[in-house]
Amino acid sequence: MRLFQEFTKGFIKENPVFIMALGLCPTLAVTSSVQNAIGMGLAATFVLVCSNIFISLLKGLIPGKIRIPCFIVVIASFVTIVDMVMYAYTPEIHKSLGLFIPLIVVNCIILGRAEAFASKNGVIPSIMDGLGMGLGFTLALIVIASIREILGAGQWLGMNVMPAAYIKSPMLIAILAPGAFIIMGLLMGLINQMKKKQGA
Amino acid sequence: MSFITQVFTLAVFAVFVNNFVLSKFLGLCPYIGVSKKIDSALGMGMAVIFVMTMASTFTWLIQEYLLLPYHLEYLQTIAFILTIASLVQFVEMVIQKTAPALYKSLGVFLPLITTNCAVLGVSILNIQEGYNFLGAILNGLFSGTGFTLVLLLMAGLRERLEKSEVPEAMKGMPIAFVIAGCMALAFLGFSGLNF
Repeated sequence: MRLFQEFTKGFIKENPVFIMALGLCPTLAVTSSVQNAIGMGLAATFVLVCSNIFISLLKGLIPGKIRIPCFIVVIASFVTIVDMVMYAYTPEIHKSLGLFIPLIVVNCIILGRAEAFASKNGVIPSIMDGLGMGLGFTLALIVIASIREILGAGQWLGMNVMPAAYIKSPMLIAILAPGAFIIMGLLMGLINQMKKKQGA
Repeated sequence: MSFITQVFTLAVFAVFVNNFVLSKFLGLCPYIGVSKKIDSALGMGMAVIFVMTMASTFTWLIQEYLLLPYHLEYLQTIAFILTIASLVQFVEMVIQKTAPALYKSLGVFLPLITTNCAVLGVSILNIQEGYNFLGAILNGLFSGTGFTLVLLLMAGLRERLEKSEVPEAMKGMPIAFVIAGCMALAFLGFSGLNF
């Protein structure tokens, strides 16, 4: 039962993006389409789960003082693997995510989970934590990307969902950089409001 | 194009048109996190300019003289992040010994910079865009300047925001994002610049 909680806490209660405001750069940069959001989310989840496994296994061996550089090396190795695999099998997504694949290394969610969870817990809870947080991150990306793609292009995952007249002249700003900031701000506000209502 | 024109073009593009924060979404964590007061924003900005310039220099040298000759390009991510991490550590120690006053104002920000994606971002972009050595250094310097500019603007806005009436749910981070959006909208206007 506790394992299940480790898994689900990342979805809503401790959602890395909306609640903890971690990993903001990729969140805003890759959410111009749902396809990119899914690609980024899964890549980050893979790195998160693998680095959590290794760090929880190595936690006894890593000296406390130099743990951060050690974590970064472990994370960077898995990011390199993801980078090569995506380049080989999904070249299109690799191209559109571009710079943000190597930048998974400095995504604060991954280093944050390594420091806060994996370096203190066993392997199985760490896997569950990594999976939950990774999927929570993916979920947040998909939510933001859906809003931006539907408003900004009238499409969802490349399928037309709005009337033809809307697609002809969509709300282009939602896809551009300013739209990302504004939609993110409004979503965070909405979640604050919902939390307040629940608490009251 | 003369040398001066080239440098000027690079500067305008790095600071305004392709601003790191507002059009490339790099370095958002410090942009939202350290923009509550002008003083700390200035300290963070200066530290970022310094580290970005140094990181551009060293990562370019590593790519050119270590990774390329031995065909180790696939180790780029690991090599760069290690370079940046050790560079930041080294800079921190040097400043602490030589300029204690500067260390007091920059010190707290330096460790944070290792995980600032703008630093790794500028290093990788320098290689991708194929800049030469001088171009890479200047790009690092100007990109850092652009980051500091928007960080200071944001800090100024947020200091005023403290006194204004914001709806309860939008207080803090949500309203900061909306303001950043408006700022990005203004900076979008610069993309019409053509040289």
